[in-house]
Amino acid sequence: MNKVWAIIKKDIVTELRTKELFSSMLVFALLVIVIFNFAFGFSVDLLDLAAPAMLWISFIFAGVLGLSRSFALEKEGSAIIGMLLTPTDRSLIYAGKMISNTIFVFIVGLITVLMFILFFNYGLTTLVPLIPVIFLGSVGFVSVGTLFSAMAINTKLREVLLPILLFPIIIPVIVSAVKLSEQVLDGNSLFAASFSLKLLVSFDIIFLTACTVVFEYVIDES
Amino acid sequence: MIRRVLFILAFIGIIASVYAAFIYAPTEPQMGHIQRIFYFHMGTVWVATIAFIIVFIASIIYLWKGGRKWDILAYCSAELGVLFLTLTIITGSVWAKPIWGTWWTWDPQLTTTFILWILYIVYLVLRASAGNDTKKAKYAAVFAIIAFIDLPLVYISVRVMRGISPVVFGPGGGGIAPEMMNALLINMAACTLLFIILLLERIDLERMKDAVAKLKLSEN
Repeated sequence: MNKVWAIIKKDIVTELRTKELFSSMLVFALLVIVIFNFAFGFSVDLLDLAAPAMLWISFIFAGVLGLSRSFALEKEGSAIIGMLLTPTDRSLIYAGKMISNTIFVFIVGLITVLMFILFFNYGLTTLVPLIPVIFLGSVGFVSVGTLFSAMAINTKLREVLLPILLFPIIIPVIVSAVKLSEQVLDGNSLFAASFSLKLLVSFDIIFLTACTVVFEYVIDES
Repeated sequence: MIRRVLFILAFIGIIASVYAAFIYAPTEPQMGHIQRIFYFHMGTVWVATIAFIIVFIASIIYLWKGGRKWDILAYCSAELGVLFLTLTIITGSVWAKPIWGTWWTWDPQLTTTFILWILYIVYLVLRASAGNDTKKAKYAAVFAIIAFIDLPLVYISVRVMRGISPVVFGPGGGGIAPEMMNALLINMAACTLLFIILLLERIDLERMKDAVAKLKLSEN
């Protein structure tokens, strides 16, 4: 557990010092929302319908941006070799990276939601149930994303490959998260879409387990 | 020798399947002749399913035990799977245009098939970028495993998206004429034989590539 914590701490400290990941993710999420606004021609009816999708598209795009940096940062200066040389189990490295990524993506998600409140005039309290959805969504998205980020960084295509690998896999996350957000924005409780909730949770569990198991094949001797 | 026998069997099988689909099987009363494409449609989708199961199993063994042959098997099988699935989608579209009045609808089964198709194209992109690099071949194996696990979830989620309650596909349809069933089985068998031959040939090709690479290396 100490080892996992050490990796998380390292990532957070790096981020606090550089702030490059966070600022780029946030600005990106903001920009996506602005572009959607232009694309929809400021029509209020359309925005209401499209709000859950917009929320998740901006959130996922920003998240991919952050994830692709996650291992690029390790690769620069070959920090990853140092990490692999320590007597740490590979699955612990995965856990560390995955948790720190989740923290970043989750915070970006929360801020995106706040921007939604600001721009689209939603009540603050109606969005409280969105927090668990954002959390579960981040976990599912990051669990696979961390694995693929470690893979993509060692290929020729690098960052370009990550969204291509990731997007088709996380379709269940997007679908169930959008469904749940729809319910929340309509003012219903989360359990109105309890099946989506179950789907999201099972995705998280399945892929956390699977990715922990296969991570060692991805990171070896890179 | 075995391959020659297989080749002859597949040749006969393909001719028989064409005969079965176009002449032997009775015309479907409602859809008419267009229904006959269904035999090829089922044959190709059946082969694609087998191919992707092979990819999944070979990938697991490759990660677990290593060995270039498992990697080759997975790669070649995925290639053929994508090929056959493409045929499935095309034949399905050709069937759907006169029957449903559209080339494509976003119904759960079609959407899942489409995502399946994309997933394995991504796999091929990833695998092709690896070449002979064993480390990167492992990435492709990892992706194949994740993609395969993902499929049931994709299917469920697409059903959720369309607001259809998630029921497992039960034995539907039924009541198909015995001649139709025979034609279907003949087609599936012929497609399977074709798949096996193509797979063996493709594996040979990959081995030859390895041999050439080795020769080039020794020359230097």
